[in-house]
Amino acid sequence: MDLILEGIWKAITLIVTLDPEVLGITLLSLKVSGTATLISLFFGIFSGTVVALTRFPGRKIVVSLINTGMGLPPVVVGLFVTIFLWRNGPLGFLEILYTPTAIIVAQSVIATPIVTGITLAAMQNLPPKLRLQILALGATRMQMLGLLIREARLPLLAAVMAGFGGVISEVGASIMVGGNIMGYSRVLTTATVMETGRGNFDTAIALSIILLLLAYLINYVLTRIQQRERPR
Amino acid sequence: MKTAGPLLQGRNLLVKRGGIPVLDISDFTIMKGEVLSLIGPNGSGKSTLLLTLSSLLKLYRGKLIFNGSEIDSRRSELDYRRQIAVVFQDPLLFDTTVLENVASGLKIRGMEKKDRTRIAEECLERLGIAHLAKRSACKVSGGEAQRTSIARAFATSPTILFLDEPFSALDPPTREGIISDLSRLLRETETTAIMATHDQMEALRLSDRIAVIQQGKIAQMGSAEEVMNHPVNEFVAAFVGMDTLLTGSVLESQNGRIMIAVGNQKIEAVGNFPVGEQVLCCIRPENVTLSTDSPEEQSSARNNFSGRITRIAPHGLFYRVDLDCGFDLISYITRTSLDSLEFQEGQTVKASFKATAVHVIRKSA
Repeated sequence: MDLILEGIWKAITLIVTLDPEVLGITLLSLKVSGTATLISLFFGIFSGTVVALTRFPGRKIVVSLINTGMGLPPVVVGLFVTIFLWRNGPLGFLEILYTPTAIIVAQSVIATPIVTGITLAAMQNLPPKLRLQILALGATRMQMLGLLIREARLPLLAAVMAGFGGVISEVGASIMVGGNIMGYSRVLTTATVMETGRGNFDTAIALSIILLLLAYLINYVLTRIQQRERPR
Repeated sequence: MKTAGPLLQGRNLLVKRGGIPVLDISDFTIMKGEVLSLIGPNGSGKSTLLLTLSSLLKLYRGKLIFNGSEIDSRRSELDYRRQIAVVFQDPLLFDTTVLENVASGLKIRGMEKKDRTRIAEECLERLGIAHLAKRSACKVSGGEAQRTSIARAFATSPTILFLDEPFSALDPPTREGIISDLSRLLRETETTAIMATHDQMEALRLSDRIAVIQQGKIAQMGSAEEVMNHPVNEFVAAFVGMDTLLTGSVLESQNGRIMIAVGNQKIEAVGNFPVGEQVLCCIRPENVTLSTDSPEEQSSARNNFSGRITRIAPHGLFYRVDLDCGFDLISYITRTSLDSLEFQEGQTVKASFKATAVHVIRKSA
């Protein structure tokens, strides 16, 4: 019991005094996972909308692949991103393995199918004749896409939540492609793994609390927007 | 109704779904200022025709000609869509305020906010829902939502207004109110309109002409009077409410009067058909009067039969009485008549109808 209480106390001290190492790790986590989420939103919303609105041979296979991708194991992504970025791998010339950029790449790969899948579902949930109505109102194709995304904005917020939630808490890929280098590519999850391994439970607990708080805060804000927006 | 030449023409329209033709119409024309209803049962293709005419459905073959020029490119399609408006059965409103919804067509056309708000407010006023302007479109009732959808359509001052079963999801009093408002708006703005509906009463109230759609083809197109009283075939006759359809052959034909043998009975009708011709006699149930069977009572109607009541069933505000007169005859009577005449199933009564109440069609092979 003492171990936990002491750990929590020390953790609170670390957070309240803005311990530079803890602060640095937190900011990097936010930056890396935030960027990855943005990238995944860009690709995910676009491809999800396209798949939702078009009919082509093999579409069912694509949809099932996207759905499978929503549960992509981070370690598998980590493995393949590592291979691609390896010195003599296909993208080795970029020389970004064991950098925060590599983590962004891996996390984008993890989050994109999540965003795509949720976008796809959100678009398919809109009334099928809505597209015709929008076209009948004289919209160009681009205007139609914009209006459809606007109509699906609330379920799309769920995509943001799920995407960010998925990558901020992910550890496997980050440790594999980022290398957990102190002050450089060490993020909340990889630091927690390491500190726990070393028996530094106070720091590990501090990092975990921050992780939980972050996840909670972001979801809280998004939920507030969602609740305010949906009047029905 | 103005007549200024064809506004919209469809030529050789063919639409396929899953490789099967669902619409096949060689020629369709609507004049400026005209209100046309497409009627037909579910699945007849009336909505498909409506969506095709509004360029929202891909044609397998054929072309649309609007104001004399063919709609043949993405550009001309967009130009055309910006001159029409479509109201669907489902209001399909955007998740924003009622006012923003009504202004949405104008916003898409790039109109300044100030101008589009003014026009949208006018339209809301005309549909009697100005008080809902700031309300979220998700929070209004079904009738109010459909009024919003109609206001949104009128906001862009469309050259042609398309309506796809616009009242089907509404309860009768709401429907009544919207139909009369729409009817007034169409007259005031002289908007050309095409409406798909399965309800012939809606069609009669709103339109100048009616087209009956049968299995993806136009079975008959003409004035309401023509279609309702002179259906060209059995399908149209049945759809417009001629419940009694009897096959017979012409026995005598003289001076526009014909005698038709139906089973062992003879029915007198009006028309010119050669003797021996196989024909179909169509009779509206509301044109058949029933009375208790007393021989001294003489009716002015030319067709008097005595028949046994096989079934009495409520039918809307009326009762439907099925008779066996040697042929099957259907009559509608009011509840008051039913009560005063004290009809019972199995009873024999007298049925009368005028020779002019029988619409005769040549029986197609």
